[in-house]
Amino acid sequence: MAAIPSTAFRWREPGVLPGFGLSLGFTVFYLSAIVLIPLAALLIRPWELGWVGFWEAVTAPRVLASLKLSFGGAAIAALVNAVFGLIVAWALVRYRFPFKRLVDALVDLPFALPTAVAGIALSTLYAPNGWLGAPLAAWGLKVAYTPLGVVVALVFIGLPFVVRTLQPVISELGAEAEEAAATLGASRAQTLIRVVFPALAPALLTGTALAFARAVGEYGSVIFIAGNLPMVSEIAPLLIVIKLEQFDYAGAAAIGVVMLAASFLIILALNLVQSLLATRR
Amino acid sequence: MRILHAGIVATVLAAALTSAAYADSTRLLNVSYDPTRELYKGINTAFAADWKAKTGQTITIDMSHGGSGKQSRAIIDGLDADVATLALAYDIDVIAQKAKLISAGWQKRLPENSSPYTSTIVFLVRKGNPWKVKDWSDLVKKNIQVITPNPKTSGGARWAYLAAWAWAEHRPGGNAEKAKQFVADLYRRVPVLDTGARGSTTTFVQRGIGDVLLSWENEAYLALDELGPDKFEIVYPSASILAEPPVTIIDKNVDRHGTRKLAEAYVKFLYTRKAQEIEAKNYYRPRDPQVAKAFAKKFPALKLYTVDKEFGGWQKAQQVHFADGGVFDQIYKPGR
Amino acid sequence: MRKPTEDGPIVRGVCVALTIGFVVLFLVMPLLTVFSQALDKGVEAALDALTNPDSLSAIWLTLIVAAIAVPLNLLFGVSAAWAIAKHDFRGKSLLVSLVDLPFSVSPVIAGLIYVLIFGMQGWLGPWLREHDVQIIFALPGLVLATIFVTFPFVARELIPLMTDQGRDEEEAAISLGASGLQTFFRVTLPNIKWGLLYGVLLCNARAMGEFGAVSVVSGHIRGQTNTMPLHVEVLYNDYQFVGAFAVASLLALLAIVTLVLKSLLEWRFADEIAAAHRH
Repeated sequence: MAAIPSTAFRWREPGVLPGFGLSLGFTVFYLSAIVLIPLAALLIRPWELGWVGFWEAVTAPRVLASLKLSFGGAAIAALVNAVFGLIVAWALVRYRFPFKRLVDALVDLPFALPTAVAGIALSTLYAPNGWLGAPLAAWGLKVAYTPLGVVVALVFIGLPFVVRTLQPVISELGAEAEEAAATLGASRAQTLIRVVFPALAPALLTGTALAFARAVGEYGSVIFIAGNLPMVSEIAPLLIVIKLEQFDYAGAAAIGVVMLAASFLIILALNLVQSLLATRR
Repeated sequence: MRILHAGIVATVLAAALTSAAYADSTRLLNVSYDPTRELYKGINTAFAADWKAKTGQTITIDMSHGGSGKQSRAIIDGLDADVATLALAYDIDVIAQKAKLISAGWQKRLPENSSPYTSTIVFLVRKGNPWKVKDWSDLVKKNIQVITPNPKTSGGARWAYLAAWAWAEHRPGGNAEKAKQFVADLYRRVPVLDTGARGSTTTFVQRGIGDVLLSWENEAYLALDELGPDKFEIVYPSASILAEPPVTIIDKNVDRHGTRKLAEAYVKFLYTRKAQEIEAKNYYRPRDPQVAKAFAKKFPALKLYTVDKEFGGWQKAQQVHFADGGVFDQIYKPGR
Repeated sequence: MRKPTEDGPIVRGVCVALTIGFVVLFLVMPLLTVFSQALDKGVEAALDALTNPDSLSAIWLTLIVAAIAVPLNLLFGVSAAWAIAKHDFRGKSLLVSLVDLPFSVSPVIAGLIYVLIFGMQGWLGPWLREHDVQIIFALPGLVLATIFVTFPFVARELIPLMTDQGRDEEEAAISLGASGLQTFFRVTLPNIKWGLLYGVLLCNARAMGEFGAVSVVSGHIRGQTNTMPLHVEVLYNDYQFVGAFAVASLLALLAIVTLVLKSLLEWRFADEIAAAHRH
């Protein structure tokens, strides 16, 4: 093993286990080569427009509309997932019902199913002549090729994040606190709102934020179902691709930078929540 | 052990790199626009047979298809094309300007503006023509829905946009201001804007969205053939645009690959009788007068405007209409 | 009478109905659509579409890309987890955040960054072209984009798991005179193997199914740089809907196999994996 003198790493707490230099070295090297340096290339690119040019590029109406759709759609989808994910997770942990194991396994489908496959499947399903699209169209509700279609795809993508974050917390919750509340005369509804929900809230927040972060950047499943109409149903990642196809590298990179900044803020906020969660335990 | 791992990884990567950087003089990459998938399947087979008969060499032709603008961008970014066959001259011009892979005078190197065939923009409507669409003026009826791809990324869409503009400018009492208004009205009736011609056809035909599809002539016939002559019909407007999709070899790439001879033979082959017939069978309008005569019944005559005369060439048309902040950006206010 | 901590039958029924309804609507129906469209013209048509040369080469390419990307990320995940979980140093939480970063970066951006670097208009493109090395629009570009999007999968599983397990066993092994490698292979690896497998499984599923990132760097050359998900799009645009859904079915089957293996792992080694998910 590479024996690197520990004086070189003064910021490191001494420990007896070997391989620190090698493993950290490789980690940092690989992280830099694959993620950090390429992302730096993205960060540098839009400034050839100058600050004014950058600002104009990201505040053009079409760009703003696409960012609004990507972030707004992701937020709505995340909220839908927060509500239904909570119900699904609760049912999977607390109740017994037929096909429970199958349902439990299926929740992970969006992790495993390629996004392009999800995209063509959802657009076939929700198109005006599809299995679900036809009855919905009869009620005057159009899903595919509208912003609603974008939300449907993003709900699909985000569901497992909420459910999988909540499940372990619900099963660890135990019945003691609820029993105690019930003994003290709280009604079931009071118990759920005052005792259960606060205990689940941090995990719910984490899961929802994860679903949101994933949905903001989603591309494959959305472009098939969105309709891709500028100002209406065009998502920001698609606009990046379109800008790229118009040789507007700097403009594409500018939108990329905005999305990247948002991603990083979400991750930072998440880690903050998680550290709060850890201290509270 | 880790060093061993690193060794394996390095070997795999090295193998991957070298295998990707092969130079093979019997292999061509033709980077083409969206609707030519079926056309080049036929052309490539015929050319490979022809080449084998002449030289005894077995060759392979790889294809990449996508929106014309996107393909052009990929070549500029380094997609290793030997031959580019795109939807319009501007997309090849940028390859000359931005990447300097070909000389500026590329369009003069082959006959007929380097376009071995022509095409035009027609309307595809649902069987029975329920909206009674006869001409461009019918496309701005109240509540009608028109499907066309995004002119920013699709070549066919740019031709369609210019066709509508030219028709509106030339109708009695027409002028540039009215043409702009007409095109704006037209795009207000577009509910889905796909990135490529093929995407639009799928939206219209397969998904059942919209009442009229503004389509390449060849794409409209193909949709009829592939997806149901009993479900759609083609409407020829009173006038449309003469679309000239050009072809070129990419000089710097063929010289690096050692494929110049093969690539030149390939683009010239597109003008031969045999190729012209394949093009005509795939509903592209052939240049060869005899082939054109033989297939005359397939291609109704209609008034066709040209980009050079009406719009001062592709460079100008692109700058005025499709560049950022151009007319298309000004008029584009989506429907509803 | 029911216990006070149990929900009433109505609440219970509504919850279960909503759960099943939601899962059927959003998960089962899309899956069924894929298979039903693939078999629209019969099994034979679907099989034909899968065995044509372009499809076979797409399948082969997908396997190669995953075979390079997954082991590299495995190596990285183990290495990162060893450094982070078994040692203390400053900046650890920043490092953890950075490892997580690719997870929330749009796949399109993942493709874009490599175009900006390796493209002919980018930093290294002209130099690479001079030396006849092709990165984007070739296998290396596909591999890089895939590595990026699957970057955190193994590390994310292992870091919490190895942190939870602590360092006592390894420290004991070292103090008894074992070498670092012996300690890793005899002590650490047996403890983390199921978590590792789990991470690799997820990493592999995503690697084979990635669309957005590879779409930007692929060049879409048939039989050359089209992976399976890209080939689905190509066939879909070729009016070969049966073919598109047949290839999509293959990917969906892969997803189902992944889910089955995952469920088996979770069922068999619930405690170990749960440790990783508590965080």
